[in-house]
Amino acid sequence: MSVFLAQLLNGLQYGLLLFLIASGLTLIFGVLRVINLAHGSLFMMGAYAAFLVVRTSGSLWLALPAAILIGVGLGLLLERFLFRHFYNREHLDQVLLTFALILLFEEFRSLLVGNDFHSVPIPDALNFSVPITAGFSYAAYRFVVIGVCLCLAAVLFFWIERTKTGAVIRAAAEKPEMVEILGIDASRVHLTVFAVGTALAMAAGALAAPLTSVYPNMGDGLLIISFVVVVIGGLGSISGAFWSALLIGLVDTLGKAYGPAFASRGGMGAVIAAAAAMSVYILMVGVLLFRPTGLFGGRS
Amino acid sequence: MLTTKITRRSLLATGAAAAASSIPTGWAIAQPKPVKVGLMLPYSGTFAQLGENITYAIEMYLAEKGGKLGGREIQLVKLDDESKPELGLQNADRLIKRDNVDVLIGTVHSGVQMAIHKAVTESGTLCIVPNAGAVAVTRNLCAKNVFRTSFSNWQPAYGMGVVMGKRGVKKAAWVTWDYAAGAESGEGFKQGLEANGGQVVQTLTLKFPETNFQPLLAQIPGLGVDAVGSFFAGGGAINFVKDYAAAGLKVPLVGSGFLTEGVLGPQGAAAEGVETALHYGDGIDNPKNNAFRAAFKAKANREADVYAVQGYDAAQLLGIGLEAVKGNMENEAGLYKAMREAKIDSPRGPISFSKSQEIVQNIYVRKATGGLNKVTGVAVANLADPGTGCKL
Repeated sequence: MSVFLAQLLNGLQYGLLLFLIASGLTLIFGVLRVINLAHGSLFMMGAYAAFLVVRTSGSLWLALPAAILIGVGLGLLLERFLFRHFYNREHLDQVLLTFALILLFEEFRSLLVGNDFHSVPIPDALNFSVPITAGFSYAAYRFVVIGVCLCLAAVLFFWIERTKTGAVIRAAAEKPEMVEILGIDASRVHLTVFAVGTALAMAAGALAAPLTSVYPNMGDGLLIISFVVVVIGGLGSISGAFWSALLIGLVDTLGKAYGPAFASRGGMGAVIAAAAAMSVYILMVGVLLFRPTGLFGGRS
Repeated sequence: MLTTKITRRSLLATGAAAAASSIPTGWAIAQPKPVKVGLMLPYSGTFAQLGENITYAIEMYLAEKGGKLGGREIQLVKLDDESKPELGLQNADRLIKRDNVDVLIGTVHSGVQMAIHKAVTESGTLCIVPNAGAVAVTRNLCAKNVFRTSFSNWQPAYGMGVVMGKRGVKKAAWVTWDYAAGAESGEGFKQGLEANGGQVVQTLTLKFPETNFQPLLAQIPGLGVDAVGSFFAGGGAINFVKDYAAAGLKVPLVGSGFLTEGVLGPQGAAAEGVETALHYGDGIDNPKNNAFRAAFKAKANREADVYAVQGYDAAQLLGIGLEAVKGNMENEAGLYKAMREAKIDSPRGPISFSKSQEIVQNIYVRKATGGLNKVTGVAVANLADPGTGCKL
């Protein structure tokens, strides 16, 4: 396999993980119209949940289901007792609420496990590398991440596109008033969506934990890039988030891999190198200029 | 009315100050007031433990000296700088102007250091840097009242470059974050290698503090290099060393010591055998170091580390200065001269100071073995920072 194909694989793996985080973000925004800044902190909580599960049980296999369950439970509580009261408030109030949650989650994490870095060991059965180019190998666990992300994406697609609940959720995102008029209990839709969104963020954290280690504020950087994914994909669109996450994964990876080489060529080379470093954001500006609702966003 | 009141008060204050300064020295020695030492360090956030260890070590040295240096009581004033550069100037001014400290010891974060540097070069307060490695502090921005007892970012990486060159490495790559500390280390690695017959053929950087290293690692086999040098710290260091091992690269990974400092636990087996260069390490067997480590453990209930050593030496340096002028801080010239000429027996080995008041020290080669950075030799003895641009 050539180096270029290895870089495509890197982009794919990074993009799929981004999708997992961004899908929850876009669902919650699409249906509930809430910008959840705490989404990155939920990712962090998922990673720490995985760390704690592995530390107490010794098994990484339990970590993902545990993170999903905790995510659903936490999502239900947050929606029922906090977010529900904020749907009709201004965006500023919502932003302040979710910002406060970031501080709360980080403080909770600090009290529970402290501020140290911790690694989450990969199970022995997966702790090997697969050679993919001359001299460059791929950790087997990265393939597991790719597989699990694809499975979760498939389940999510099926749920949103092929089930009755999914149809209601799509309807709630497109025409909330119609859903109410049809006599569907909107509060249950909200509860479900928020719980699923939270669970997705925590699942992403749990999956990523063995690759990234766990540490305070680990979700912050990913939150920003996830917003870029959501904006490019179109607010509220799951398939938009999927393709835009893959696109960003690839653009970012290829930019990092091939951009800097131009810097040494002088003149325009430096400009190209600088542009490559910002490629993701340039892409976002481009999409916003020509398709303000995002690649897959229908509603304006 | 209000204005007259204030004027009268400030007049009184000025009068009192004038009276105080005109008190004869003989009386001052009989009734010396304590020397106020401000500790501007991180006591919260990511670097809290570094700040704590530096503080413990300073307190340890003071306790050894019975709480007095140069015959004067030492009073510590602690301030948490939170490693926030935006609060740096304000915090430094608080210590200098409100608390009227005579000495400021700080800090860990290089961004905050630049703020402290601005404040102390304006006020003329004696400043001892116990960690932050930004090279400007002892190069183009050097000042007669600023000393450093830790390292310049250039030093450890230079040592690593020298070792690689001497081992016959002709071509190497340098991988780091795209920020000042990474570039300053990279410059050191490059110069050390070039002085010994090798060269850095490629620098790979990632935006700080991103940790998606895969796109960089995939390029390494194609570069045809004999070694990869690197500077990362904290979470970045953990992930980089782990990803490097998982990528199965045949090229040996080396680095500035911070790559494996305090993070060997989470790095686990991935770090085994990684060589780094630093001014301290595990297994430096000299009486001073052994005594220091035992005393630190008794005080802090944890193992001493490089940060504790840097803090201890900051206190030792201040002690030498104050002894030389018998506690009279007014004798600035004498104080600075004694500090500049200090030859100190540090737990890390002998240390002294260059013309730019930067520490001159041994840089050790260490090999990560069973959770320790075992010292395997000296990369460069008595290495001084070039101090480029300093006119002291």
